[in-house]
Amino acid sequence: MDSSTQLHHFHGGLHLEGHKKISSQSAITPCKPQKLYVVPVQQHIGAAGEIIVEKGQHVLKGQMLATTKILLSAPVHSPVSGTVVDIGKHAVPHPSGMEADCIIIENDFQDEWVARKPVAENYHQMNSHDLRNIVRNAGIVGLGGAVFPAAIKQTETNIHTLILNGVECEPYITCDDRLMQERAREIISGADIIGHIIKARECIIAIEDNKPEAIAAMQVAIDEDDTGFFQIKVIPTKYPSGSERQLIKIITGKEVPINSLPADIDVLCHNVGTAYAIHQAVFKDEPLISRIVTITGNGVKQPQNMEVPIGSYIADCIAQCGGYSDNASCMIVGGPMMGYSIHSDQVPVVKASNCLLVTSNDEIYPANTEAHLPCIRCAKCVEVCPAKLLPQQIYWYASTQNFERVTEYHLFDCIECGCCSYVCPSQIPLVQYYRSAKSKIWEMEADQKKSNNARKRHEARQHRLDEQKREREERLRQKREMLNSKKGKTEENEIDVKKAAIAEALARVKQKKETQAIQPKNTDNLNAEQQRQIEEADQRRKAMKREHDE
Amino acid sequence: MLTIVIVLLAIIAAIFGVLLGYSAIRFKVEGDPIVDKIDALLPQTQCGQCTYPGCRPYAEAIANGEADINQCPPGGETTIIALADLLGVEVKPLNAEHGEAKEIKTVVVIDEQTCIGCTLCIQACPVDAILGAAKHMHTVIASECTGCNLCIPPCPVDCIHIVPIAQNMNNWKWPEPDGGHAAPKAG
Repeated sequence: MDSSTQLHHFHGGLHLEGHKKISSQSAITPCKPQKLYVVPVQQHIGAAGEIIVEKGQHVLKGQMLATTKILLSAPVHSPVSGTVVDIGKHAVPHPSGMEADCIIIENDFQDEWVARKPVAENYHQMNSHDLRNIVRNAGIVGLGGAVFPAAIKQTETNIHTLILNGVECEPYITCDDRLMQERAREIISGADIIGHIIKARECIIAIEDNKPEAIAAMQVAIDEDDTGFFQIKVIPTKYPSGSERQLIKIITGKEVPINSLPADIDVLCHNVGTAYAIHQAVFKDEPLISRIVTITGNGVKQPQNMEVPIGSYIADCIAQCGGYSDNASCMIVGGPMMGYSIHSDQVPVVKASNCLLVTSNDEIYPANTEAHLPCIRCAKCVEVCPAKLLPQQIYWYASTQNFERVTEYHLFDCIECGCCSYVCPSQIPLVQYYRSAKSKIWEMEADQKKSNNARKRHEARQHRLDEQKREREERLRQKREMLNSKKGKTEENEIDVKKAAIAEALARVKQKKETQAIQPKNTDNLNAEQQRQIEEADQRRKAMKREHDE
Repeated sequence: MLTIVIVLLAIIAAIFGVLLGYSAIRFKVEGDPIVDKIDALLPQTQCGQCTYPGCRPYAEAIANGEADINQCPPGGETTIIALADLLGVEVKPLNAEHGEAKEIKTVVVIDEQTCIGCTLCIQACPVDAILGAAKHMHTVIASECTGCNLCIPPCPVDCIHIVPIAQNMNNWKWPEPDGGHAAPKAG
């Protein structure tokens, strides 16, 4: 166990009251089987999968319900055996309160699994590509909350350091804490698999110092492994140490540059829950069909950690925790800092649901619905921002819709940790401004893309029409030319024919003349009298001709 | 002496002449860059509401000073501000003669039961977003439709309808918090 003296620090952050004891005291309880399960098709960042089951079809536990060929995506599986009773829109936990495509399965309570062929220990002989496919087909996504498809992160190989994130810095949430306490060996095994895939040289397990039991349990599991690959680093409790970039800064002292990924500085970060899910996929061939959920807050009677099949109704989970207490006020999915409130509990637990926080009226996080006070530019937000941004400037430009400046002030490096909103004396919901600005910028980018596409299509159409017009004209021209040339030819021919006819006639006359050129008879031996008469006749003829000509 | 000067000047003039001639070919500017810049800001719906046959002709008209910057209803205020910024002119409200700015983005759909397959809408669509053939059903490729509504007037059976683009979780926007406009004004 390393002492925290070798650790680095990140800028800002907060020391928050943990509220972890509310839920961390009891063991993980399995969620009782329910009648209906609602499995949303898209539970990850990226594209939605393609549904491969039909309404009325019988499915087995662990059977794939939606698949995908797109890289940035993850399949979903049936949490129970039963019948697909409906495929369609159903409310899902999302800040918009919108409905999304879901597959609804009625449990037959047989708990019948699909055929499983775990590779188990053989993974040491497998290559990265095949192991990654196992992770991918098991539908494993980052269970820390970002739900980024895990296999994509693992496409980088020869990463030096694998950081296993067991920090769990957000108040109230204890699911990773309990998981580390109870299933340390499986987590270590999962981390070893990840290490094998990315060919890591070391694995650092980061845990906050407010989880001594988890640290002890993980240490025991590491001691069983004598490779020296694993190492625990206990880090001081500070929010948001569990954020990927901040954690990397604490452990390695290096900052992940803007527009870069941790892999660019030879580091990869995975949540302990993800490592556990990978262990289950490799050693039991179980896809990600359940997760540990912290159900906590003073608004629920028996707060606890529960292993919940993906697709269980939140209402059913709460009911198993003894139901709501009388002063329950608000349901938050995720932690108090980064979560969002939902208005109905008739929505399913999804892969991203690490915590269901039911606040009571007397708890410290009231929903800020009223108009806030103006910014007094105290710069408290600047002091706490772990991303070293200028939150008040970003707020200034975001609230006046100056999106160009907002981007210049690196809005997109904001991790939405909520530290700035927490310390703001004017109680400005800063993060909501940032989220709003981000989604508006994304929309503008999408519009720009669409209009560029429209321009291209319009130009292509214009080009096609011009081309068609040109072709038509060309055809017409050719036709005209052809007609003309035909006409020209006939004229020539006619002339030729006429000429030929004339020539022929002349020739004929000539020939006739020649043939008729019989010497006149009786022209020989003329006497003088006869000669004179002929000359006279000639004279007359000439005179007549002259007369005629005149 | 004078001859030398004249010859020298002639040589220099020739060199510069060649240089200029070469640059004119080598650094030839294709088209009018200001037109491209204006065109890039226009929404490319090609709807013709500005009275020009498409976005590019409108951009050319603006560049030539024939058209004003407030004739594009689909672009609305955003486009007017962007154009004013680019051209260094005053922002003005949208000219109501050309229509009103659309609050909600729309596309068209063809009621395929009613469509008689006349292809008139296909000829009207400026971005080739309608698919079909003579005497065959037509359909709109929704992702390519710019919502210009140019296909609606030619339809002889009125089977084309305007529908708002469906909101889903991927195009949903975080709402701006209440009190957003109580924010400090710059200055």
